[in-house]
Amino acid sequence: MMNILIIIPCFNEQASLPRLISDLGNLELPEKYNVSICVVNDCSTDDTKQVARKLDVILIDLPVNLGIGGAVQSGLKYALLNNYDLAVQMDGDGQHPPAELQKMIACYEETGASLVIGSRFIIKEGFQSSFLRRLGITYFHWLNKFFTGKSIYDSTSGFRLFDKKAIQLGARYYPDDYPEPESLVFFSKAGLAIKETPVVMVHRNGGQSSIRSFTSFYYCVKVTLAMFFSFIRKP
Amino acid sequence: MLRIQIITIIASVAFLFLVFRMVVKGRLREEYSIIWLLFTGILVTFSFWEKGLLLVSNLFGVYLPANLVFTISIFIALVYLLHLSVVASKLQKQNKLLAQEMALMKIEIEKMKENIKSE
Repeated sequence: MMNILIIIPCFNEQASLPRLISDLGNLELPEKYNVSICVVNDCSTDDTKQVARKLDVILIDLPVNLGIGGAVQSGLKYALLNNYDLAVQMDGDGQHPPAELQKMIACYEETGASLVIGSRFIIKEGFQSSFLRRLGITYFHWLNKFFTGKSIYDSTSGFRLFDKKAIQLGARYYPDDYPEPESLVFFSKAGLAIKETPVVMVHRNGGQSSIRSFTSFYYCVKVTLAMFFSFIRKP
Repeated sequence: MLRIQIITIIASVAFLFLVFRMVVKGRLREEYSIIWLLFTGILVTFSFWEKGLLLVSNLFGVYLPANLVFTISIFIALVYLLHLSVVASKLQKQNKLLAQEMALMKIEIEKMKENIKSE
């Protein structure tokens, strides 16, 4: 029996949350997997909390806004505390279709990697996002190759599967804002195996991306710096 | 006594008094007050001892004593700002940890409540 915790960090996702949870509930996974869903409410200003209360989920209700990294880490801490075997991070806006979870788990079973990333870019299908964003992702691909020596295409993807080792590490240290690329450097330095698997992503149903145009330059600079410091920091 | 001396003495003593008052009222922690007390003290000293500044300037090979004052005070202000950034980073880290612990504890409390109810 494998216990999976699905971590959904939420900031103002009242519109898309109910559908996502019901889709997840209808998901058919191999029998040995026992799925629990954990919604992390990152101090939303809408009714995300009330909506999540009514659903059949574990609700981690943060008293202050910690940003995506802090929210995901809260979920990882819960997973560690309650001895889950796997944790999956998934966006609350419906960008990551629950059905794609099967591909992630299949990739995990096949490779035994500690971290599986759901990637938009290995096979070109589904939502590919804008030109500038793709440019940024190409840059991070190059940067990741430089810092980790691994070829990871979708380093900004927030669709990820953590095994026990990764949960443990992530619960101890996880970057606060824009955590995805930096955490790859961190996990890779700690010697974890990272694998990528193609998934289809869709346009967001509601809510806002944490990366908007006027902050994208700051995003690049901050993440580059964070990756650099993660690289030279002793694990 | 020069007019400028009187002004600096009044200003720095007033500043010293302000820092004292804030520490007494608990609005400024003692460890952060040390640096302010120290430098106000130096300011007061040099306000009284007018030859002192000239002496120290000569010692450092600075032509104009005013330049020495500016250089040193800007440098100290920068170091102190860095220190404050470190303090802010530490506080953020602790804040995050507390928020997470609290959120996880809320779940435990809910569980306990339900257990009690079902018993």
